[in-house]
Amino acid sequence: MEIISEFGSVFLVLAIIFGLYMTWGIGANDVANAMGTSVGSGAITVMQAIVIAAIFEFCGAFIAGGHVTATIRKGIIDPGPIAEHPETLVFGMLASLLAAAVWLMVASRKGWPVSTTHSIVGAIVGFGIAGIGIDAVNWGKIGQIAASWVVSPVLGGLIAFLLMLSIRRLVLNTPNPIQSARRWGPAYVFLVGFIISLVTLFKGLKHLNIELSTAMSFLAATSIGVVLAMVGWVLILRVKEDVATDEGYHYATVERVFTPMMIFTACAMAFAHGSNDVANGIGPLAAVVSIVQSGGEVVQSSALPLWILVLGGTGIVVGLATMGYRVMRTIGTEITTLTPTRGYCATLAAASTVVLASRTGLPVSTTHIAVGAVIGVGLARGIGAIDLRVVGGIFVSWLVTLPVGGVLAALFYFMLKGIFA
Amino acid sequence: MSPRKSVIGNMFGRSPVKPLQEHMGVVLECARLIPGLFEALAEGDQEQVVEIKELIFERENAADQLKNELRNHLPKSLFMPIDRRDLLEVLQMQDSIADTAQDIAGLLEERPMELPEPLREPLLALANRCVDTCELAGRIIRELDELLEMGFAGREADKVESMVGELNILEDETDILGLELSRTLFRHEDEIKPVSVMMWYRLIEWVGDLADYAEKVGDRLRLLIAR
Repeated sequence: MEIISEFGSVFLVLAIIFGLYMTWGIGANDVANAMGTSVGSGAITVMQAIVIAAIFEFCGAFIAGGHVTATIRKGIIDPGPIAEHPETLVFGMLASLLAAAVWLMVASRKGWPVSTTHSIVGAIVGFGIAGIGIDAVNWGKIGQIAASWVVSPVLGGLIAFLLMLSIRRLVLNTPNPIQSARRWGPAYVFLVGFIISLVTLFKGLKHLNIELSTAMSFLAATSIGVVLAMVGWVLILRVKEDVATDEGYHYATVERVFTPMMIFTACAMAFAHGSNDVANGIGPLAAVVSIVQSGGEVVQSSALPLWILVLGGTGIVVGLATMGYRVMRTIGTEITTLTPTRGYCATLAAASTVVLASRTGLPVSTTHIAVGAVIGVGLARGIGAIDLRVVGGIFVSWLVTLPVGGVLAALFYFMLKGIFA
Repeated sequence: MSPRKSVIGNMFGRSPVKPLQEHMGVVLECARLIPGLFEALAEGDQEQVVEIKELIFERENAADQLKNELRNHLPKSLFMPIDRRDLLEVLQMQDSIADTAQDIAGLLEERPMELPEPLREPLLALANRCVDTCELAGRIIRELDELLEMGFAGREADKVESMVGELNILEDETDILGLELSRTLFRHEDEIKPVSVMMWYRLIEWVGDLADYAEKVGDRLRLLIAR
């Protein structure tokens, strides 16, 4: 208890610095992956992607980032055994943040496809085992999270696959694909607004004091979907038929009809990413803040202060602005074979899956889900070539990240403990 | 943190469709030069023959380079909507068209020959028909983008099916033209030097091969759709 009252503000400042560092890293490296399918399909420019990401990452973090934050903050570790020693949890959360951030930095340098989510979860588990004991880890929750890491990319892939088939059935394989695209286009825009807002609003947003019944959620989501569909309809009307390019490639105009629709999926993806990944940076921060502010109270019933969500959203946007734009630019040149219809399918599928996971409080990897969605489109025979080595690399880094994050977190934990206690 | 190569960006391999189409484009340039070669021969303009031969050799070389490049960029880890082996076979068949054009041009330069009057018209007709067959194969290959867009099914697949059907009919025509040409050659064999007869027989066969390989391009593509 004395340690908390003595060094409380030091811990607070450290937690904010580490938290900002982590969210900055997320903005610098991770956002580009989330936006990759949008930028790669040429639907939006890099500049537009950055503006969209800045706005919607922040919205996602602020509006829907609370559930996953709660999981990271208090779902993984059972603080019961250390109620007498709140500083243990403070050291542990600081160590976890530092471990995840350092590991991400190393992995980024080496070009390994490491997930921010896996790093932080691995780190917290590592601290839990080393600092408190193996029983302190909420293994049931960890099992759920690990399962979601397998299920979510598969789900993203499945949704993308089905979307692809539906576009083929309703639009491409018709006597007049351009006309079909114009007719169904607004419906596909509606789908983006409807799914994302329904999942987000379902049963209300407690921290913003918005209480919605199930029926009201459906109503609100439908209205948002309809409004977006109308905007989409206007944008689609403005797409002109280009007979010259259609000569060479018969579906050029159809693809251009899907281009403005990608703006909506790009927004959805940024929102989804913000809602899930901000927690990786601010979850541990929130844990430290609540202990310090309650003067050493480990009973974690306090609500998540809004300023922490704002801080996390800001960190992501700053990371994006200082570094993420560069990664984004390389992505534009790396992905050249993704057409807007495919980009639409992959992005909407990934965004829906991530938002769904966020709603249930499961910390998932946006990048992995995006990869799963792209493979889903590929399974529908829709992509020229996918390099499966990258997918293999993800799997390996998946397995490596957890223990590395854990060991690093344990090390930092004992270091912090040595310094302060 | 330095900007790493993005995971999403890395997972996209280079689509083989465009390079395959480019290769076919260069192959067609070779094939299109063949009728001109025989025209020059008919006019007894050996200089022109050599000039065209140089062009064909240069284009064949370019096709080879494209072929090797495409092959080198097809690691086994690529997951493609088309079977890798089928794709390589389509490429091989396309390349055989260019190789055959090269053989024809090479022989005509190495052994300057006179084109016997009775062979002239039917030979040009055969060569032109064979080029038509190659052109149709080229149009089929150009449909690959659209096939990919449609996931190798539906209307687009039906369209390509029917184009391959047309290709088969065209190739049958070239077979008949080739047979008739051989018969004409044998009817006049006493007026031509025996070795020349052999050489012409061989050349007629090679010209026919252009259409044969074009047909095989279509047939392999059909397999590739049906995966």
